[in-house]
Amino acid sequence: MSGATDAQDSRSPHEPDELPPDIAARARRLLLDLVRPERTGYVIVIAVMVAFGVANAAGPALIAQAMDHGIPAAIAGNMRALVVPMTLFLLLTLLIGVLDFWGTRMTGTLAQRLMVALRRRLFDHVQRLGIAYHERSTSGRLVARQTSDMENIQTFLTGSLVELVAGLSMMGAIAVTLLVMDLRLAIVVFLGFIPLLWVSIASNRAQRRNQRRTRTAIAKVIVQIVETLGGIRAVQSFRRESHNLDRIDAEDDEYRRATTSSLFNVAWFAASTRLIASLSTAAVLLVGGWLVMQETVQVGMLTAFLLYVRRFYGPLDSLVQAITMYQSASAALEKVTVVLDAAPEVVEPASPTHLPPRAGGGRAIEFADVEFSYADGETVLPCFDLAIPAGQTVAVVGQTGAGKSTLVKLLTRFYDPTAGRVTLDGVDLRRLADAELRESAVMVTQESYLFGGSIAENIRLGRPGATDAQMRAAAEAVGLAPFISRLPDGYDTDVRKRGGRLSSGQRQLVSFARAFLADPDVLVLDEATAHLDIPSERLVQEALSTVLEGRTAIIIAHRLSTVEIADRVLVLDRGRIVEDDAPAVLIEAGGRFARLHAAWEESRV
Amino acid sequence: MSILLALVSTGVGFFVPVLTGAAVDGPIAQRDLRGLTLLVAAVAAVGLVEAASQLIRRTITAAMTAEWEVLWRRRLFAHLQRLDVAHHDAWDSGQMLSRATNDLSMLRRFAAFGLPFIVITPFLIAIGAIMLAFIHPVFVVILLVVALPTMVGVAWFSSRYKIASRAAQDVMGEVSTSVEESVQGIRVLLAFGRSPWATARFRAIVDRLRDHEITKVRLEAWLFGAVMVLPQLAMVGFAIVGAWGVVDGWITLGQTVAALTLMMYLRMPIEMFGFLLGDALMSATAAARYWELMDQEPRITDPDRDGRPAVGAAAEATDAAPRPAPQPGVLEFDDVVFQHDDAHEPLLRGATLRIEPAETVALVGTTGSGKTALAALVPRLFDVTGGSVRIDGVDVRKLTLSDLRSRVGVAFEEPILFSASIRENVAMGTQAIEGAATIDEERIREALTIAQAADFVAELPDDLDTEVGEQGLSLSGGQRQRIALARAVAGHPPFLVLDDPLSAVDVETEDRVQQQLRTVLDTTTALIVAHRPSTAALADRVAVMDAGRIVAVGGHEELLATSAVYRDLMGVSA
Repeated sequence: MSGATDAQDSRSPHEPDELPPDIAARARRLLLDLVRPERTGYVIVIAVMVAFGVANAAGPALIAQAMDHGIPAAIAGNMRALVVPMTLFLLLTLLIGVLDFWGTRMTGTLAQRLMVALRRRLFDHVQRLGIAYHERSTSGRLVARQTSDMENIQTFLTGSLVELVAGLSMMGAIAVTLLVMDLRLAIVVFLGFIPLLWVSIASNRAQRRNQRRTRTAIAKVIVQIVETLGGIRAVQSFRRESHNLDRIDAEDDEYRRATTSSLFNVAWFAASTRLIASLSTAAVLLVGGWLVMQETVQVGMLTAFLLYVRRFYGPLDSLVQAITMYQSASAALEKVTVVLDAAPEVVEPASPTHLPPRAGGGRAIEFADVEFSYADGETVLPCFDLAIPAGQTVAVVGQTGAGKSTLVKLLTRFYDPTAGRVTLDGVDLRRLADAELRESAVMVTQESYLFGGSIAENIRLGRPGATDAQMRAAAEAVGLAPFISRLPDGYDTDVRKRGGRLSSGQRQLVSFARAFLADPDVLVLDEATAHLDIPSERLVQEALSTVLEGRTAIIIAHRLSTVEIADRVLVLDRGRIVEDDAPAVLIEAGGRFARLHAAWEESRV
Repeated sequence: MSILLALVSTGVGFFVPVLTGAAVDGPIAQRDLRGLTLLVAAVAAVGLVEAASQLIRRTITAAMTAEWEVLWRRRLFAHLQRLDVAHHDAWDSGQMLSRATNDLSMLRRFAAFGLPFIVITPFLIAIGAIMLAFIHPVFVVILLVVALPTMVGVAWFSSRYKIASRAAQDVMGEVSTSVEESVQGIRVLLAFGRSPWATARFRAIVDRLRDHEITKVRLEAWLFGAVMVLPQLAMVGFAIVGAWGVVDGWITLGQTVAALTLMMYLRMPIEMFGFLLGDALMSATAAARYWELMDQEPRITDPDRDGRPAVGAAAEATDAAPRPAPQPGVLEFDDVVFQHDDAHEPLLRGATLRIEPAETVALVGTTGSGKTALAALVPRLFDVTGGSVRIDGVDVRKLTLSDLRSRVGVAFEEPILFSASIRENVAMGTQAIEGAATIDEERIREALTIAQAADFVAELPDDLDTEVGEQGLSLSGGQRQRIALARAVAGHPPFLVLDDPLSAVDVETEDRVQQQLRTVLDTTTALIVAHRPSTAALADRVAVMDAGRIVAVGGHEELLATSAVYRDLMGVSA
């Protein structure tokens, strides 16, 4: 395989459509894991459902008893013979009602507990997976896991599972009754099991394939819809509508074909079980009739037997349905398992070290023998050392792709270095608890993502515990206050989908307000002023100069205006630090930075 | 058709007990082995018919319902793409998505399995009741006594269940939005260590979903319990009244047995009805949710001409094109007022600006002054609240959307790349003129060169065919911006609207892009939203925007001399 394809494989989204071979086993383990804490509940539910099935099977026997013997006896004056089975039947009926009521309730509650646990687990895991995974994955696929797949698992757990257990236990109870009634005829009925089992296994296998296809296909459809909705401005501006429609047609076509073959399979399965049921009835009739003629079986027995055979095959239709839902749910669970099995590339230590108490003046940063390459082996940062004393403000400049962002992503532990270590006050970042690291080092990036909710909530993301006054102070410091005061509900105004109510400059100011509110020891700004106009940028810089007092800061900026507040400048070129000194010294020396600076000065009017 | 076949397969089933009964009473009693064989063959034949009709019914519905789900999703998707940006901003994407997926799947499942049964069940019960009446009217009375409270109960259940199922389905949409946000905003969450915050938000939603689902389950428990018990209570009633009647002599034993047997058969459909009722109500909710979204009228549409709505935009475009252009190449904003639906005050308050053919005007102004809104009015992502926007002297609302958007090349501040190859992403801009089919490599390379993207594209694993976008290779912000810029200029559109297109690009590259861009701008009418003096300097004239109005227009140097607002914006201290 060529290097180029390797690179694509490791850095572009990969959700293998072929699942790992042991996926079914892993999905089962996950399920057991989820069921374990509630096992008493599940045992009770299964017991209730089995009792329900058995009670259901026993009911008609009592009615038959009342019809055949009770009523004639009652006419003859013996009321007891009618009252006893009828009372029993009434009690049994009430019992069935109660069992059904509680069975449904308990199954539903247990299923919901399991769903909540699974949803949380998936969400937490996705949050832990880290940036490297997310750069390869798409939001739509993860949305599909949490919605469509979860919905399928839930449908099976709340509905079909009950039918499966109740149906099977009812069949079991009837099977026992048949054996007791007449062994020879029972064997005739059980002969029908051979084709029944064969059909079930064949259908089950086909359904597994179909349902896996369905799950993969619907995820692609969801990805397409999410992407279209997210980029609707571009879709409409570039008249991408018909192309998108073609695309969803193609993806939905696969979904349609998978669904259709699954439903065809249900059709064959249901029809053949029906046929087997009828043929088995016919066989019982033939053999039974012959036995009656041989006078080894009574006519009444044969009639009762035939009635039971019919009831025996009664739940088959819903069982067919339940088995389909089971395959659908397990295909969905497999998809969820794949995500849960993805190992986070950046792992929180089991027993974290604490940072030494802050001496004041930020924290010292050190990159020791650090090297970083992508999984495909492409080296972004060759081995380097860098020490930033506490309290220093460092500007990093260089062309797009020089490795500036990678450098700060190592410092904020978005990635771990391939070799060497990054330390904060002498402590390796890999030994710090996530919460402590994030409290000490905060990064503001060029993309300023806003979450649904109010402006206040969005600013408070910097420090959820902040008071109203602190939150407002942060907004004022970055110059957002006048704009917010003009909004219909001030700080409580909803920002609309992805902050649509705000301009991109305003969104960036919200990011700054978050960072100011977070009040970290180390502040990293990665192109954080790109969308600001010059007056806003000035205001932010004024605020920064007070905020950065007593803090360590790393600033990446194309606009060199930011460099004015830096104590030190690093120039990066193809992953190497080629210049490193105070800005004035570098300008004096006349190197790369001096040239950049001159160009910048020139561009400013 | 499928309902008819469902009736056949269920109806034929009733023959089996009749045939077995006949066999027991006839040939078996008379020891007639030949007669027995005949009847056994008849049972097998009935089974065959039953199985065949079921197979046919299910096969028909299978293809039909799968087709149906896809078709209705397609309609919704097409509708969503037509819906204007203001609607999209107002709706959670999760709410839109859940209607296109979960709701439709639910409807499909119900149509495939539940619908035929829920339609035939009342018939079966009615037929059963009539047969009971023939046996003896008293049984119908008992049936009614049991059925009336059931109906009241079902009505009570339905009203409650509808509310719970609507709430649950709405929360499903929130789940989807929450997941989407937590994934798309992962960098912010990681940078601030706020995954626990996102998790707490998600959990709150999931807990609400669970509560609604449990409400549903509790209601279902009552219903399922009731449909299980009530038919059996009726049977108890039959037996008691039957025994009493037989003793008193106004009913026969045979009648009682027949009534009980009939009730045994009716039990299944009644229970089934109970199970299906929940599904039916959920499907009704799903359908309501689907239509709610379909009923949102797109407010930005092609103009009506000759009284017929011009929806087939592509076909109309050719009609609209030859319209004489009174002022070719002129982009004009005439006293434009724009206000978001839910805003208290307008964002644009009478902005007027005329851009001459082949002229480039830079639009500058403080953050939030309305620059982006003004730019978005040109391709009609939004429509003006007052005044008008004209290109070539024609109000943009008088042009078909397809025509308008093919004449205007745009690049947004936040570059949106589609999950497709770079080639395709750039070629989208050329479809303006010659339709999507022709992808001219020469022109794509040229556009990439202008945007200074040719070099890094050449280094990508598959060059022009490298997949980018959400499903592709992740590029840096600056790289994405340059590809988006290449897309805007690739088609040589007569009008260009660029919203701060180089904000994420480093200074050296920006400089090179601007030099290249000059050649394009020489022949194009362009509006460029700018934050930087360097971008402003690229323009022939600069328009200064303040509080929703254009307050000054002039050359860069001229404005520096005359406009205090401009000096302030450009960071020149007076």
